[in-house]
Amino acid sequence: MASSQQFCTFFLDGHFFGTPVPQVQEVIQNQVMTRVPLAPNVVGGMINLRGQIVSAIDLRRRLGLQDRPDGQLPMNVVVRTSDGAVSLLVDEIGDVIEVDEDTLESPPETLRGFAREVLRGVYKLSGRLLLALDIDRVVDLGDFNKLKNNQKF
Amino acid sequence: MDEIVKDFLIESNENLDRLDQELVKLESDPSSKELLASIFRTIHTIKGSCGFLGFARLEKLAHAGENLLSRLRDGKLILTAEITSGLLAMVDAVRKMLSAIQASGQDGDEDYASLIEHLSRLQLAQTQVPVPEVSAAVPATPPAATGKPATPLAPVNVASTVPPAPIPDDLLADPGRIGGLLLERGQVRPEDLVRALEQQEAGRRRIGEILVDQGAVRQEDVLAAQRTLESRNPEAAVETIRVGVTLLDRLMNLVGELVLARNQLLQFSNGSQDTAFQALSQRMNLIASELQEEVMRTRMQPIGNIWNKFPRTVRDLALSCGKEVRVEMEGKETDLDRTIIEAIKDPLTHLVRNSVDHGIESPEDRKKAGKDPTGRLVLRAFHEGGQVNIEISDDGAGLNLERIRRTAADRGVVPADQAARMQDRDIFNLIFLPGFSTAEKVSNVSGRGVGMDVVKTNVEKIGGTVDVHSTPGKGTTVKVKIPLTLAIIPALMVISGGERFAIPQVSLLELVRLEAGEAEKGIEMVHGAPVYRLRGRLLPLVYLNRELQIASPPGKPADGHAAINIVVVQADGREFGLVVDEITDTEEIVVKPLGKQLKGISAYSGATIMGDGRVALILDILGLAQRAQVIGEARESALKEKDKATQKEETATDRQTLLLVQCGEQGRMAIPLSLVSRLEEFSSAAIELAGAQEVMQYRGQIMPLIRLSRLWAGAAAEAVPVSTEQRMQVVVYSEGGHSVGLIVDRIVDIVDEKLVIQSPAQRRGVLGSSVIQRRVTDLLDVPSVVRHAIPNFGDAPAVN
Repeated sequence: MASSQQFCTFFLDGHFFGTPVPQVQEVIQNQVMTRVPLAPNVVGGMINLRGQIVSAIDLRRRLGLQDRPDGQLPMNVVVRTSDGAVSLLVDEIGDVIEVDEDTLESPPETLRGFAREVLRGVYKLSGRLLLALDIDRVVDLGDFNKLKNNQKF
Repeated sequence: MDEIVKDFLIESNENLDRLDQELVKLESDPSSKELLASIFRTIHTIKGSCGFLGFARLEKLAHAGENLLSRLRDGKLILTAEITSGLLAMVDAVRKMLSAIQASGQDGDEDYASLIEHLSRLQLAQTQVPVPEVSAAVPATPPAATGKPATPLAPVNVASTVPPAPIPDDLLADPGRIGGLLLERGQVRPEDLVRALEQQEAGRRRIGEILVDQGAVRQEDVLAAQRTLESRNPEAAVETIRVGVTLLDRLMNLVGELVLARNQLLQFSNGSQDTAFQALSQRMNLIASELQEEVMRTRMQPIGNIWNKFPRTVRDLALSCGKEVRVEMEGKETDLDRTIIEAIKDPLTHLVRNSVDHGIESPEDRKKAGKDPTGRLVLRAFHEGGQVNIEISDDGAGLNLERIRRTAADRGVVPADQAARMQDRDIFNLIFLPGFSTAEKVSNVSGRGVGMDVVKTNVEKIGGTVDVHSTPGKGTTVKVKIPLTLAIIPALMVISGGERFAIPQVSLLELVRLEAGEAEKGIEMVHGAPVYRLRGRLLPLVYLNRELQIASPPGKPADGHAAINIVVVQADGREFGLVVDEITDTEEIVVKPLGKQLKGISAYSGATIMGDGRVALILDILGLAQRAQVIGEARESALKEKDKATQKEETATDRQTLLLVQCGEQGRMAIPLSLVSRLEEFSSAAIELAGAQEVMQYRGQIMPLIRLSRLWAGAAAEAVPVSTEQRMQVVVYSEGGHSVGLIVDRIVDIVDEKLVIQSPAQRRGVLGSSVIQRRVTDLLDVPSVVRHAIPNFGDAPAVN
């Protein structure tokens, strides 16, 4: 019997991404962001989530996509991780959809870069593809920092 | 896990901690029946609970310990170091089993058979105490089969504790009953109690009555015991409840939120015209502050909680290095925030181990040095100025100044010539430098775990400071100063590159503002590194914008053309100036941790939420300094600076009070006030002559007088013109009951100065010259002046 799962979906630079609903704590409007100098550039800043300080990761940068055009305000998808809440900055929020686990395929071999590392797989929906993110890898910037330092020195 | 098992674990762990302390205490006071009874009870309770909960292995082990203890209590055995070690090993094993239970719900696979056997062997060791006649009926304990005979620590008075018959443990061990309490107080003999208990079972009389009737105990003792029992009303005793730490943390977080909301409310009400609203928010303010304080207090723990482990640590360590150490504690009840207690546990343990391992000498060496063979380790804690001071002192050999100096020079930490010039205090503090281990002697004790540099870093991480003082041959004292809490701290808010940052008040020294005109001149360059002259010292400058790679907001003129704000901060004992765009205000901020993604950035220690709800980063001054390499690269100049800085500090600490006097053409002279017994004013008519010596009657003595102005005028001093009467200023100096008066022209001043002899003595009776109050002043060598003027001074027996 094919199992199905609910996904919270969002858009980034025209691509259709999603993450399982239980991992998502909440979705909120654009928040006042505090920059963190010296932080890797994928960190958009910090937001105050009802008294809790949450780092915001710019998913476009995390996935190696183009920067968001000026004037376009991101949305926050706050996800639960083993290290507390983290906010993911996305362009736009999509619907919550039900997907069949049967339709999951591993990312295409031709996909390179960060995107491949943080993708759990691709769901073949009717008419479009849903890229499923591996949230724990997305929020883990360890490799990213290392790479950045290597580039620098 | 069952609630009941959880309770058992919590309770037993507390009990074990107490056992550690009590066993160590018992070793130094082996005759204390109360201690023995209490230890026995604790083990008994653990054993009982284990049996009930079905932890058979644990029960067996506790039982072995209990048996040994019961023989100790009955006086059939006396406590030896070996027995104590055995019992402590049992405590450790029980602790291990408890953590196994915590982890798996089972008491582990290890059955500690060898330990149990060891404990039973110890039990058989023959008592060295002469057996009193009363016990003649009891079969004597068979001689010990152990290879190592037990050595008695001290004779124990067992006469009254040897029972003729086995007594039910529960009855004896229970101080909640009158019999047990009387026994614990040593007011009744066990055998009498047993007899009385037997009688009680036969008839229905109260145990106290039976005992009094038998004359085994005095009636007033029974009444006193009864009163004690009544006062131990179990209902009244329940004044505390257990609350989970997570709940307290959550509460603290919420209070933090409340404080923030209050700040917002206050900002809002300040702009409001509504007086009722303003009054209300003021009240809200007060309540929130009080609530904050009280909630903070719930997280406070006495420092004794960590200290209590030290006697055991010290005992084991001292035993393994063949030393004798006594631990003393003052201020055990000093409260500290839970998080801080956790943070200082390891550094303190390290310092204590260090003191025992390196500080305190072996008993032989101590005897040779004329000291008590038992070393003293004193732990002291007290509150002072919103901080907690913790001192760890030993009366050991002290730090070897020369060795540290040499090591520093050898390792190139400090240039040799500089090392030779450094102040003692700076030399001592060198031991905190990373990599500066006293590697000449590596023992298994130190060199393991954290080093002194880690102690320092850990203490500084929580906003504290470490300082070491040592007197060769007398001992070493390490002083640790730490803040009361980490959760809410006062901080200075600054703006740079359009972002707000908080600088914790603990690293703040002062603020300097250079107006637009001064800025260009004020800031100078040394090899491209900007510095500012702060009261004659070069203060390295760090531009926050550049360090954090953020741009100044547009519209701001380039550096040098605007006013400059310098926040003078210190990290790792080094001062530097942080140049920021704007300084706004000081505020109490709630420290919140940064997400994992940002933890690696050393420039920040956390973040906080401001009154307007926005997030601001808290700067980690130490991390920033390391980033900017104020500390690393500039070490050499740093140490030079430090030299100067210490000189300044010395002035504050080693100031000497000097009396400045004017005496004729000899100019100004300084006399240490400590040598002056009185300042007097006399009429010159009071001067009399004894031979050629001018004298006067002073307090029933004949006091010789010395005219300082004429002292160096050659031997041919003119006759004294006593004809004209004038007032004279006399500085009275006393030595061994004799006084001598030094006549000066004028008393100028009394000053507090650090005495630095700047030029050597040019003439006799002067120690050297120094600049005091911007004038060259000779420092008078009073004893030598007196000897010179009155060669036989002090020879005559003192009058009175």
